[in-house]
Amino acid sequence: MELSGGQIVVQCLKDEGVEYLFGYPGGAVLHLYDAIFHQDDVKHILVRHEQAATHAADAYARATGKPGVVLVTSGPGATNAVTGIATAYMDSIPMVVISGQVPTAVIGSDAFQEVDMVGITRPCVKHNFLVKDVKDIAETMKKAFYIATTGRPGPVVVDIPKDITDPNVKVTYKYPKKVKIRSYSPATKGHPGQIKKAVDLLLHAHRPMIYSGGGVVLGEASAELTEMTRLLNYPITNTLMGLGAYPATDKQFVGMLGMHGTYEANLAMHESDVILAIGVRFDDRVTGKLAEFCPHAKIIHIDIDPASISKTVKVDIPIVGEVKLVLKQFLNEIKEHKKKPSKKALEAWWSQIEQWRDANCLEFDRDSEQIKPQAVVEELYKITKGEAYITSDVGQHQMYAAQFYHFDKPRRWINSGGLGTMGFGLPAAIGAKLAHPDADVACITGEASIQMCIQELATALQYNTPVKIINLNNRYMGMVRQWQEFSYESRYSQSYMDTIPDFVALAEAYGHVGIRVEKPEDVRPALEKAFALKDRTVFIDFMTDRTENVYPMIESGKGHQEMTLRVAPGTPLDRELA
Amino acid sequence: MRHIISILIENEAGALSRVAGLFSARGYNIESLTVAPTEDITLSRMTLVTRGNEEVIEQITKQLNKLIDIVKLIDLAETSHVERELMLVKVKTSIESREEIKRLSDIFRGKVIDVTNNSYVIEMTGASDKLDAFVNALDESSIIETVRSGPTSMSRGEHGLHL
Repeated sequence: MELSGGQIVVQCLKDEGVEYLFGYPGGAVLHLYDAIFHQDDVKHILVRHEQAATHAADAYARATGKPGVVLVTSGPGATNAVTGIATAYMDSIPMVVISGQVPTAVIGSDAFQEVDMVGITRPCVKHNFLVKDVKDIAETMKKAFYIATTGRPGPVVVDIPKDITDPNVKVTYKYPKKVKIRSYSPATKGHPGQIKKAVDLLLHAHRPMIYSGGGVVLGEASAELTEMTRLLNYPITNTLMGLGAYPATDKQFVGMLGMHGTYEANLAMHESDVILAIGVRFDDRVTGKLAEFCPHAKIIHIDIDPASISKTVKVDIPIVGEVKLVLKQFLNEIKEHKKKPSKKALEAWWSQIEQWRDANCLEFDRDSEQIKPQAVVEELYKITKGEAYITSDVGQHQMYAAQFYHFDKPRRWINSGGLGTMGFGLPAAIGAKLAHPDADVACITGEASIQMCIQELATALQYNTPVKIINLNNRYMGMVRQWQEFSYESRYSQSYMDTIPDFVALAEAYGHVGIRVEKPEDVRPALEKAFALKDRTVFIDFMTDRTENVYPMIESGKGHQEMTLRVAPGTPLDRELA
Repeated sequence: MRHIISILIENEAGALSRVAGLFSARGYNIESLTVAPTEDITLSRMTLVTRGNEEVIEQITKQLNKLIDIVKLIDLAETSHVERELMLVKVKTSIESREEIKRLSDIFRGKVIDVTNNSYVIEMTGASDKLDAFVNALDESSIIETVRSGPTSMSRGEHGLHL
């Protein structure tokens, strides 16, 4: 088959089985867009800003496990995509980003809309390529998908100069079935000797903890994790990225850990004697003060990325491998092992954990006359029966979502955990809805975050992706305000916006339904109404309590054992704002 | 502790910047870096000298291994190895000092490879500390310029770093 470079790129996407291409046209990719015009197999989603293309593709990947694919033009198109690429990189999301580049002859001459995309993205991609010959496109695309989706996944950028896609230059096209990269061979099974040692240590534990993260979701190992955890009857905590990998409504689940994790999860980590860490990276928001992290524990760490092991916390038994395969090896080893967990020790451990649980650390004022953001998330959880795909932006609302929406299944919780990208939620909801058109999709956001990609309301209309936007509007950048309250004697420097748009009118202007909710008793009816409107995007603007804070909290630089729990109502802040 | 990391890397545009970028992004220090193609032109060999405690060096080697373009690497500090660096030194000479500088260079097994009325260029190879010693032995005011390649190194014995 003789094809031009532009046609080859599109044909590669077809051959990869790509369903959606999220993008925005421009000069350097016009040949490519012309090739897109002549086919219907790969559906192009026109966003309103390149950042949104990357977030939507990223969420599509998170919701399906398939790689997200993006097409942007050179220069500003490419730089606008960088935030989304970095977001995907931090959370190890498989993504292929095709960026246009100025023609090869003028590269390096500061040509119109030229940036060194390969240079700019180098620190935030798994790998990137500059294609210099039309004959290299097919193999490069194959390599890009292979690298993005295998091992520890991540974004890969393919930068293609305009002349390489010239419609007048045609070459023979053949998409390689397989590609081998001599310098790249991701790990598969875990070392049997290490697994034996790990299982032995695990079964001798008196106060065991399973600490699992996003790697379990990415590695499709939820079933194995659940089976093993139940077999052992050990307590389990999930990271922000790992929520849903183990059913949150199960009694062995002690909640999320870390900065806004539960009292029971953090204290159990602190007191544990053996920790089995699975697909996690000991992020600073999880560990708190490193010197005080899990002082009594021996740590087993399973990860596909050797560089994740002993990066911040030195571990005792490292196991490099695919989490799904390694957990299967664990299961076999546990079943064959003569030693069984000490029933007596485990009973004592569980009774201790139950005591911590009784502190009811997530409790909030349910009788308030103001709308509590937690109550909104709780109602959302009930109305959607815990089955919705939930995306979020970044801040207090993100933490309320993580704490109060109990994810029982993986891939339902879609948020920017590593980079913490405000503006992620709305385009992510569009990507998730395209991936699962029959499922409920809600974006839990705040009035500050939503404005960072608000223009995507137009995309939601164009492609009929009826998502529900749950705007927890406290008229503050809530998390910034909370830190300023805690650490800067309530000097609320620039965490407040003087003019917040009328979101109801805004939603309507974009062709959607807008609802404003000001009273607690109206929360449920509003949500019911929104979800009954199956084919409409609904923006629900909840005017929430301005002073509400996220608890518990481990303040920056403190250890798990030093959590701040909710203070009694009637703090000076409340009075000041009343 | 000083470590010499020897790397086989794809001989492709941008490969060097991936290594350099990794070091600056993660705050590791590079004492020296030398790179050139090998007998197999698809591969370059890089010798990188860095300092750090065991944990830091472990992270450096893991992060390097994670770069797709890196084919293989070895930390030579963990094995018995030979190490050579090339240095060129240009020194001012006068009628009185010429003999003395030549003798000093001979002692260090240097070679004078360029001579003018009032200067020498001396070529010297050896371990880095030998080159340091020579520079220290010279009268500081006589040195016009020096250039050093940074160490290159390989392990002793029959084993080697290859595909």
